[in-house]
Amino acid sequence: MNESSSTNIFVSLVCISILVSRIMKKILFIEDESALQKTFGDILKSKGYGVLKALDGESGLRSAKGERPDLILLDLILPKMDGFEVLKELKENEETKNIPVIILTNLEETEDIQKALELGATTYLVKSSYTLEEVVNKIEKALGE
Amino acid sequence: MTFKKVCEQLNIKAQCEKYGLSLWQCPQFLFVLMGIIVMIIIVVSFLIASRQIEDPRLVVLIVLSLSALLVIIDYIIIRSFEKLAEVARIKMEFVSVITHQLRSPITNIKYALETLISGKLTEKDREEYFRILEENIERTEGLINNILTVSRISLGTFKLRKEEISMVDLIEETILEFKPLLRASDIALKFEKEKELPKILSDPSWLKEVFRNLLDNAIRYQKGKGTINLRLRKKGKNIYFQISDSGVGIPEEEQKFIFQKFFRARNALRYQTNGTGLGLYIVKEIIKRMKGKINFKSKENKGTTFWFTLPIK
Repeated sequence: MNESSSTNIFVSLVCISILVSRIMKKILFIEDESALQKTFGDILKSKGYGVLKALDGESGLRSAKGERPDLILLDLILPKMDGFEVLKELKENEETKNIPVIILTNLEETEDIQKALELGATTYLVKSSYTLEEVVNKIEKALGE
Repeated sequence: MTFKKVCEQLNIKAQCEKYGLSLWQCPQFLFVLMGIIVMIIIVVSFLIASRQIEDPRLVVLIVLSLSALLVIIDYIIIRSFEKLAEVARIKMEFVSVITHQLRSPITNIKYALETLISGKLTEKDREEYFRILEENIERTEGLINNILTVSRISLGTFKLRKEEISMVDLIEETILEFKPLLRASDIALKFEKEKELPKILSDPSWLKEVFRNLLDNAIRYQKGKGTINLRLRKKGKNIYFQISDSGVGIPEEEQKFIFQKFFRARNALRYQTNGTGLGLYIVKEIIKRMKGKINFKSKENKGTTFWFTLPIK
């Protein structure tokens, strides 16, 4: 009796944690502008996502490998390692290659867009052409919600 | 008037300086040099040929060796064209950089405003968003001021006032402005000055712009913790100012471009994504117009020292 109730508790704990992890999807935001980290961090948290922040390419890549986020929001002009290099390494790594990557940048040259998509980016968004709400919608779509 | 224009066109040294190339790398100079050499070769060949007509082998040998000299000069000219093309490429790149630099703060303002308008914010958050707006408006303003200064410099409408000023006071005011950034970046600053320095006749607001730019660079490109050293002393009829950091430094092959507008060193771009490549150009032009001299010494990954001198009267 006792044993089965503790098993029950254990099973329900596992269920809850699976449920929580399903609800709390993690988004990694690699962006060196602290203002954008704040704006996007706030809105994504208010929608119930867990937000991980990285202010340069190197730490972003490390965080992606260590934390396995459900989605990565990636800027292209970044200190230490630029967004293209980060994207390339993410897609070459077995553990991170299936994480969808949304590029969020102000670069809008066709070459840059093509290069990012060829490297395996899911979507390419130019900051100046999208509102916050629209970017969040794209994120939700990429997460399949 | 036309003659003057021709002379200006022929002012090869100034043209080469415009591209930041030394005489021996400058196509304009090398073309003139080659023309002179061709003329000399023709005269020499004629003189030798008219005397040594009985030995054509010698004449051929001389003409051959002089032609070889021409080939070498040709080669140098082609290499210098490559350098010019490189300079043009760098400039193109930095036009796109400046567009990006203008866009970044505007995007920050746009998204912060959208969040503020949505209204679901605590008092503390609202304050933070207003601070973001303030910061990014200042950034845009600074950038536009820099672009304006550059266009005034190139249009020749850049004017300097003359006032009796104390460099020590100006430097100390600038340091005070940068205190928060120094503290946030964990960087110490030492200011060594000679006692009883004379006042100088100069424009205080533009001189302050020089100090701001140099100090801002020293802080931005410092690697982690460190100390920035400032020195001010009298040197003959001039005042000498020096600022040293132990930062990322400027790669040797790029040092010759450092005062050009829109130029940013490769490693600087990697280290700091914000920056227009206008600061040092403005600094150099201001010092030049104040009849001073500016230069620097730098080693990649070790640090950079900039110094300038300004006449006291």
